[in-house]
Amino acid sequence: MNIMTEQKLEQAVGASMTAKTNEVIKMQGRKVGVFYGEKQALFDVELDIRQNQVTALIGPSGCGKSTFLRCLNRMNDTIDSARVTGKITLDGEDVYDPKIDVVELRARVGMVFQKPNPFPKSIYENVAYGPKIHGLARTKADLDAIVQSSLQKAALWNEVKDRVHEPGTGLSGGQQQRLCIARAIAVAPEVILMDEPCSALDPIATAKVEELIDELKQNYTIVIVTHSMQQAARVSQRTAMFHLGYLVEEGATDKMFTNPDDKRTQDYITGRFG
Amino acid sequence: MPMTYFIAIILVIGVVAYIIGRQRAAVHTGGAVKQHSRPHYHAWWAFLLATVPALLFLIVWSVGSSVYLERHIEAQLPPQTADSAVPNRSLELGLVRSLANGLRRLDAATLDKLPATFAELQPMLVAKGVALAPDTQDYMIPVAVETNRASDGLRLTGGVIGLILSLAGAGIAVRGIQPRTRARNNVERIVLWALLGSSTIAILTTVGIVLSMLFETFHFFASVPLTNFFFGTVWDPRFAAAGAGDSAGQFGLIPLLAGTLYIALVALLVAVPIGLMSAVYMAEYASRRVRSIVKPTLELLAGIPTIVYGIFALVTLGPFLRDLSAALTGGTPFIQAQSIFTAGLVMGIMLIPVVSSLSDDIITAVPRAMRDGSLGLGATRSETIKRVILPAALPGIVGAVLLTASRAIGETMIVVLAAGVAANLTLNPFEAMTTITVKIVNQLTGDLEFNSPQTLVAFALGITLFVVTLIMNIVALYIVRKYREQYE
Ligand SMILES: Nc1ncnc2c1ncn2[C@@H]1O[C@H](COP(=O)(O)OP(=O)(O)OP(=O)(O)O)[C@@H](O)[C@H]1O
Ligand SMILES: [Mg+2]
Repeated sequence: MNIMTEQKLEQAVGASMTAKTNEVIKMQGRKVGVFYGEKQALFDVELDIRQNQVTALIGPSGCGKSTFLRCLNRMNDTIDSARVTGKITLDGEDVYDPKIDVVELRARVGMVFQKPNPFPKSIYENVAYGPKIHGLARTKADLDAIVQSSLQKAALWNEVKDRVHEPGTGLSGGQQQRLCIARAIAVAPEVILMDEPCSALDPIATAKVEELIDELKQNYTIVIVTHSMQQAARVSQRTAMFHLGYLVEEGATDKMFTNPDDKRTQDYITGRFG
Repeated sequence: MPMTYFIAIILVIGVVAYIIGRQRAAVHTGGAVKQHSRPHYHAWWAFLLATVPALLFLIVWSVGSSVYLERHIEAQLPPQTADSAVPNRSLELGLVRSLANGLRRLDAATLDKLPATFAELQPMLVAKGVALAPDTQDYMIPVAVETNRASDGLRLTGGVIGLILSLAGAGIAVRGIQPRTRARNNVERIVLWALLGSSTIAILTTVGIVLSMLFETFHFFASVPLTNFFFGTVWDPRFAAAGAGDSAGQFGLIPLLAGTLYIALVALLVAVPIGLMSAVYMAEYASRRVRSIVKPTLELLAGIPTIVYGIFALVTLGPFLRDLSAALTGGTPFIQAQSIFTAGLVMGIMLIPVVSSLSDDIITAVPRAMRDGSLGLGATRSETIKRVILPAALPGIVGAVLLTASRAIGETMIVVLAAGVAANLTLNPFEAMTTITVKIVNQLTGDLEFNSPQTLVAFALGITLFVVTLIMNIVALYIVRKYREQYE
């Protein structure tokens, strides 16, 4: 099975080499492995993230999607037992280089979590949190402008513009998740990582968030973990399939969903396992 | 036969009822009719029915019989007159009762030919290790004998009735075991009553304590005006002159209240920052290994008795600070050996583990999602702590601080040893001052008339302390609630 995976990997890497000329590789993973203590959770993952595209990570539960995603902005550093090997680059710079400031990295590679996690502060304060920390606004007016434009980009402004000083925890689940997206946007990141952002939302809120992701890709590079095949098919341009810690195959979403190379991808997409 | 035998027998009956009940109920299991309760519920029900009513009866009976006995003794005593040998009825009753108890120590042979005078009786009792008041009178001896006889009779009757009740209860429960008997519900109900009873006891005790203090406080305010107590700035109860006409002394609360709050403030200034920061370190930075060593060590500090801290302050820290200040000024020390500063410092050290262990629990309870959210936005750890975790943990931390403050206000031993007993009114933290608790101890120890204002003032002080801590708790609740409303 290992051999087969490597074959597929070569193909996948080959595919990325033949990227269209207008496609820029934003982030790149090479031989990425992750250990939790003694246990290895991720094996030799090679994956390119293209600029201004949505890359979907799919695969059965426990296969390492979140683990890989968390490598991209070094959120795994916050887990004591986690250790990352291999190389991940952002615009060609090694993310795990000791010279890299992790705080700066996370400002460039933002994250939205599975469960909406607004801070117990007002809507305004939630969005203003990142800009304040990074000193992005000189004046109160600047800050107001950032907050407003972030909320607008997250398609939340119209719903909350009369109550931005009310607690963010008082919003509905879908609104909270869009607030978390606005919060991430406010820092002006280049890449946004989303770990199952719609798993706690109803279909209407999900549709809104998907619509939002589609718009956001104009300005940002997006990586999204999802368990919904429809969602992956709807929002993403590239799809990567993980299984038991290995990257099984990666390619254009259209091809992955219609004519995958690997049997496991086929089975997973058609719901035969996972 | 002493009461304990009856109680033991009743318990044995209960155990037997349990076993029989269990067996009888087990017979039904798997029968045609589905059993309502599992066998052990039937067994417990049998046990409870066999023991609880009987024991309750015994309690009521013994209370009732002691009331009856008192009447019975009184009826046999000669009427009180101005020249009775014992001037006071309750004193007389007490003497008879202790004589009766003493007589129980003597063996049957001695009791048969009991001497008629106390002078002869006393050496016999002393030989048995019973020391009685010398003003026990001769006429009390037959009364005491009669009392013992009556009480034996009462106890036997009560015990037998209790046994009958117990057997009846066991019989009823065991006979009542049918597949559809609702033994489970019965047992649950009794459990509920028992729990309710326990919490009622806690509440009633609190009410009782407050009421008794209030009662004595009213006595105190009958002789000292309210304004003198609450607004007086001089504390001088004048023990020596107690009892003499116009020498009530001065009972100004202000110096004591100021001392209490001042020392508590210094203690909190020491304990809260250090405790909070060590909690943050343990919760957010320390590796699991470090935490597993540091946390128990810190909590060890909390286990040291406060008197030990007091000794440390008195013997080591106080003199050290005095000498240090003397060295700094080159001669006269500006920190006295006993001072607010010393007491506050030591009390603060004592309170560090309280603050840190409470806050540590509160900080670790802040959901991981909050941390991840902040770190994921590129906040540093300390920014995350300052802007997200501490605000989210604030209600809990306020609660912890106020709890700590209550302890600081109630602390006595450290103050006695480290700040002294002089009731000064000063702003200089390097001088001696004292607290309410210290003065309560002061007023109640010593050979004093219990009705004098010098003693009664302790209750007024106690009530004041109670009210102060009550207000603090109310404020804490208010802050916590206000914060919650804002964010949830
Ligand atoms: N903090 C951790 N400590 C130890 N092991 C972990 C930790 N986090 C994840 N793992 C292990 O790593 C493996 C991959 O986990 P990961 O969370 O990446 O899966 P996932 O693909 O995101 O699954 P899901 O779809 O259920 O979210 C799992 O076997 C998991 O048990
Ligand atoms: Mg996951």
